[in-house]
Amino acid sequence: MIEMQDVSFGYRAGSELLSGMTLSLQPGMFHFLTGPSGSGKTTLLRLCYADLLPNTGRLSVFGQDVVGLSRDGIAMLRRRVGVVHQDTQFLDHLPVAENVALPLSVSGQVVDMAAMRDLLGWVQLAQHARALPPSLSGGERQRAALARAVILSPDVVLADEPTGNLDWDMSMRLMQLLIELNKTGKTVLVATHDLNLIRAVKAQVSARVLRIAGGTLQLAGADL
Amino acid sequence: MKRGEFRTLSIRALWQGLVGRDGGVGNRIVPPTGFTAQLTLFSAAAMAFLAVFALALALATGRLAERWSSELAQSVTVRVSAPDGDQEVLTQSVMQILQTTPGVGQPRLLPDEEVAELLTPWFGPDMPIDALPVPNLIELPIAGPDFDSEGLRLRLEAEAPGAILDDHTQWRRPLVSAAKRLRALGVISLALIAAASAAMITLAAKAALAANGQVIQVLRLIGARDITIAIAFVRRFTHRAAIGAGAGTLLGMGAMALLPDMNAAGGFLTGLGFHGWGWLMPLLIPVVAAVVGFFATKWAALKMLESVR
Repeated sequence: MIEMQDVSFGYRAGSELLSGMTLSLQPGMFHFLTGPSGSGKTTLLRLCYADLLPNTGRLSVFGQDVVGLSRDGIAMLRRRVGVVHQDTQFLDHLPVAENVALPLSVSGQVVDMAAMRDLLGWVQLAQHARALPPSLSGGERQRAALARAVILSPDVVLADEPTGNLDWDMSMRLMQLLIELNKTGKTVLVATHDLNLIRAVKAQVSARVLRIAGGTLQLAGADL
Repeated sequence: MKRGEFRTLSIRALWQGLVGRDGGVGNRIVPPTGFTAQLTLFSAAAMAFLAVFALALALATGRLAERWSSELAQSVTVRVSAPDGDQEVLTQSVMQILQTTPGVGQPRLLPDEEVAELLTPWFGPDMPIDALPVPNLIELPIAGPDFDSEGLRLRLEAEAPGAILDDHTQWRRPLVSAAKRLRALGVISLALIAAASAAMITLAAKAALAANGQVIQVLRLIGARDITIAIAFVRRFTHRAAIGAGAGTLLGMGAMALLPDMNAAGGFLTGLGFHGWGWLMPLLIPVVAAVVGFFATKWAALKMLESVR
């Protein structure tokens, strides 16, 4: 699915943020990626959807080496990887429903309005379908971002600090949605520095916790 | 990413995206940008308005050159000068020569009143023409391609000394040359207007694309192909350029139609307008503007997409 073999990456030449990363996401598994701020969690996720390319090592997504992908190939890859970005990344001039439907629109697919209503209902945003993104609260924006991430029924869902700006209740509501997704067979990778959140989720679902420390990736200990 | 990949933004695919039906969100992913939109519309309209006049100038000067060239080439004049007693005899002799000259029509000896009329601008209406040694003038229409101007000149020199053939070449040539230069100026003006339009539309498109860098980034992140993004912008700007140019062209054509009556003012200005099928030519201006908008936006979109992975 997503495999890294001895991958390294640095934003500047000679300065590596990540090194020797070896990772294999297990299909259908719930994963956490944790580590302190600035440790490279977002960078690792960006590598996973080919927004960045590794300096060395091999990174393959769905069996394709991302370094050799064409621009159209990258677009196709991103249709199979749903991403909930930390800053949600909406088009503020379009209503929530159209933002959620964007992946369908840009891939030339017809939007099924009934399915759209179901999806917005699932993330509890049915009443906000016509609202513009700036009018939503942080939790609503994250749930809308999750709806957009899953509308193409991707094989993998990546979430980058999705609860960063949310209170505990709202965070757990969002995590419940991700757990539901995982139970339908989707592979989930959530980057977060909130260890309490990880523990709360692990109480409900089997999850693998990966920790970035010192630029390398480790499997977290039993405390998580 | 390799630069060659941007060749996938083929003109054919862009064209299909441009003319294809897309009333949904694909047409709305580019945010409405009021100022840029108005700037593009206004620029295209103003340039099209000017282009109508440049086109009219080019067409009018072309017609003028043609008219001067053809009208003056349709006849020649023979001047007959001789001492008083011999002038009538020589004139008769010249008339006989002209009547046997191939490729010409019936020669016509200008009567004294007509000659006086021709001289009036120089001598005034009251000058007694009879008192002046004015030559007889014979107008000879050219009727066919076998007319040999040089042959007739030599024959007159030999058989009727004092008769001089004037085929108007001497003063026709600079007039035709001037008209042709005016036409070239009209064409150059059209080219400059097209280039200025392209520059303005490109600037407007680049400004819009730069302002929408975040939009492009989001679209790429959710799996949009370059061609999808480019079509959205190309469609928006091509339509704006065509609509603006269409309005400018209609205004320009209206202004041309309101020019003074062709025969009333006289002179060069009488020809500044469109005739018959010529009225269809300005309708090409919005098409050209759309083509310019298409390529200018395509170029600007490529530049912008290069900076987004």
